[in-house]
Amino acid sequence: MFKAKKVSKMFGGLAAIKDLHLHIEPGELVGLIGPNGAGKTTAFNLMTGVYSPTEGELCFVGENVAGLKPYIITNKGIARTFQNIRLFKSMSVIDNVKVGFHGHIQYSLFSAFFHGKTYRTVETEMENRAMHLLQIFNLQDKRDELASNLPYGEQRRLEIVRALAAKPKLLLLDEPAAGMNPQETKQLMALIHKIRQDFQLTILLIEHDMSLVMGICERLYVLDYGRIIAEGTPEEIKNNPKVIEAYLGEEALHA
Amino acid sequence: METLIAQILNGLSLGSIYALIALGYTMVYGIIQLINFAHGEILMIGAYVGYFSVAVLGLNIYMALLLSMFVSSLVGVLIERIAYKPLRKSGRLSVLITAIGMSLLLQNGGLIVFGTDFVPFPQVIERIPYRLFGGRFVVTSHQILIFAVSILMMLLLQYIVGYTKIGMAMRAVSYDKEAASLMGINVDNVISFTFVIGSSLGAVAGVLLGLYYQTIHPLMGFMPGLKAFVAAVLGGIGVIPGAMLGGFLLGIIEALVSGYWSTTYKDPVVFVVLIVILIVKPTGLLGKNTSEKV
Amino acid sequence: MTKKQILVLSSTLFFVWFVVYMATDVWGLINSFQQVNIIWAGINVILAVSLNLVVGFTGQLALGHAGFMAVGAYTSAVLTMHFGIPYVLAILAGAVMAFFMGIVIGLPTLRLRGDYLAIATLGFGEIIRGVLVNIDYVGGAAGINGIAKITNWTWTYIFTIITVVLINNFIHSLHGKACITIRDDEVASELMGINTTYYKTLAFSMGAFFAGIAGGLYAHYFFMIQPATFALQKSFDALVMVVLGGLGSITGAVLAGLGVTFMNAALIELGAFRMVIYSVLLILVMMFRPQGLMGNKEFSARVFDRILPKRGGKDDV
Repeated sequence: MFKAKKVSKMFGGLAAIKDLHLHIEPGELVGLIGPNGAGKTTAFNLMTGVYSPTEGELCFVGENVAGLKPYIITNKGIARTFQNIRLFKSMSVIDNVKVGFHGHIQYSLFSAFFHGKTYRTVETEMENRAMHLLQIFNLQDKRDELASNLPYGEQRRLEIVRALAAKPKLLLLDEPAAGMNPQETKQLMALIHKIRQDFQLTILLIEHDMSLVMGICERLYVLDYGRIIAEGTPEEIKNNPKVIEAYLGEEALHA
Repeated sequence: METLIAQILNGLSLGSIYALIALGYTMVYGIIQLINFAHGEILMIGAYVGYFSVAVLGLNIYMALLLSMFVSSLVGVLIERIAYKPLRKSGRLSVLITAIGMSLLLQNGGLIVFGTDFVPFPQVIERIPYRLFGGRFVVTSHQILIFAVSILMMLLLQYIVGYTKIGMAMRAVSYDKEAASLMGINVDNVISFTFVIGSSLGAVAGVLLGLYYQTIHPLMGFMPGLKAFVAAVLGGIGVIPGAMLGGFLLGIIEALVSGYWSTTYKDPVVFVVLIVILIVKPTGLLGKNTSEKV
Repeated sequence: MTKKQILVLSSTLFFVWFVVYMATDVWGLINSFQQVNIIWAGINVILAVSLNLVVGFTGQLALGHAGFMAVGAYTSAVLTMHFGIPYVLAILAGAVMAFFMGIVIGLPTLRLRGDYLAIATLGFGEIIRGVLVNIDYVGGAAGINGIAKITNWTWTYIFTIITVVLINNFIHSLHGKACITIRDDEVASELMGINTTYYKTLAFSMGAFFAGIAGGLYAHYFFMIQPATFALQKSFDALVMVVLGGLGSITGAVLAGLGVTFMNAALIELGAFRMVIYSVLLILVMMFRPQGLMGNKEFSARVFDRILPKRGGKDDV
């Protein structure tokens, strides 16, 4: 489904990502982990077109998407959430979700100006679909609240709903549990499992918390200093000396 | 060929004024990423202070320049502290609109305080035409003065930014405000100092513009301000040598358009230059690429 | 909106038209100075609402509104004077012309960060003026004189209502929401599959379109247009209205359009002092209420339900 071949990204003279190789099969739930500043979010930015790679190929469903504009990549079926929540703050919860439909439910500009019959049918359909998605994430009662007024955990969930609305084949979650308490995190992980099945999603997930990723991912990539240093099942990763070194090294640095 | 060289000489003196104004824009932009629309009005204030120092106080041109630099810096810093600083954390749009408001306020305040008439600017040095190459080109003493003062100011600026402690602090703040503040740099003071330098250069430009056009007016700063901003973009916004290059280029372009085509086209052409540069090389001639962090 | 709300709203609108019409043309209650102001009110509302689409809703600081007004004014004036095109068609043609100019100017500049847009659009306004001054066909600096005076209260009212309704509809549609996402977070917007350049250009050229209409109305009321008529000052006036009314509020823009018109009329003696007041207001609003006086609040049709007795039925606004 997704393949990164020898992808590098240079900022000035610095390589933020070097020779990145990734492959994700349809239906997988893969984790991307690594210490702070390892380049995880940069990898997401490359995959979604925020940055274009200095070198290498990014194949999504057999097509090279490297260097395409973000909106084109999204409409091809990659949607994401953000580490530092980026909801549309002045819009209501349900409007945030509706915006996600942008690429695949639409009416003409003419309808937009004159609010004819198509407008009403499409709006009703969007309304229903948006409510359906909100219900899955238990946000249906907040539909008319401003996104920025939601508590933190709900904002994180709303971001996932918004991403789902874009009807992705591949969903990229950037630290979805950041800032959540253990209880919330547990619920979220259950939800991620559920939506993966219900929407037949492939998911790539960045997480800082090792134990958490171990629990739900089938396969992991470990990124350190912009390079993949290990790949394998959670069990394999746990015992990989390189990984231990990367994480311990970081802790030693912080101590 | 001869008109060409004559126009270029003419363009150089106007261009050096644009360069001075552009430096003020570019430095402020480099440090707080704000187009200080009121910069043109700082220039106007500088010109009026210059006028009063010479015509009323009877100072010589150099004292007048110093006084006008001082007053303009004061105004510049006040504007920053009163209007821009409280908005440093707000959205870009708010700060830009505030800057426009400031510009309008000073223009119209100027109209009220200084009146709506054009004031003849005192001719502080004798206008002597020097004939070069057997009289084929004429360079006036004014042009030489304008050019010389501008170059002097630019050298001074290069020295301050490149070789002094405060200059280093300015570069640090423009690179990364938070890191600079962690390194013990007082960011607020550095920003104020940037306004002092930018406004001083603007004041000099104002006095020189007075000499160049021989009249001053409360709205005199607006157009040159806009054009100097175009110069800054042309050279690469945030880049000091870029502002100088852009200023000179724009002055020459304007002189050539006036000389070969029509003076009524000189203003529109400047903005055509802007739009062309934005399409072809938005970072400007000497600019570097930056991308937003996600 | 429910059927009832539409009914109430349209009869209110009709009533307003009728009263002003009677007061002007039949009862003769409104003197000529006030009549001019009424036309200005319509023009200003159109300018404010259309600029709000660009600045308030899409978050792009455009300062060339007067330039587009000029395009609309000149195009429509030339069409009615030299080609005998009917008034309404000429005004629409002027608007379409402004729309295309909006695309031409918007495409290159809107790709860039917002600050450049401010300058580029300012510059564009100057280019338009500079070009008009140099075209003898449209009278150069002296401009066009003797345009047929066709714009009246009824036409102004019709065009104003149409502008407000269309822009309001647009803003509440998915396309309009796409514009709002750009204001809120351009990067996230692009990552939600929205072609931000397209929508910025669309909002900008739609704004230009309606500014073109305002220009056409102006030309056929004051029957004389000059390049100097459409100086930067006009663009700034429009910006003041948008900011005072509320960045992102149609209601606010309408109110500010009306308010600023009547303030202009009241302060006409003050000259530069009037602009001092506006600029201080601009700065104060940005400092203490950066979303504008109305913020993004709207006066909704529900107000009518409060006025009228409720007869069941649910709101679905």
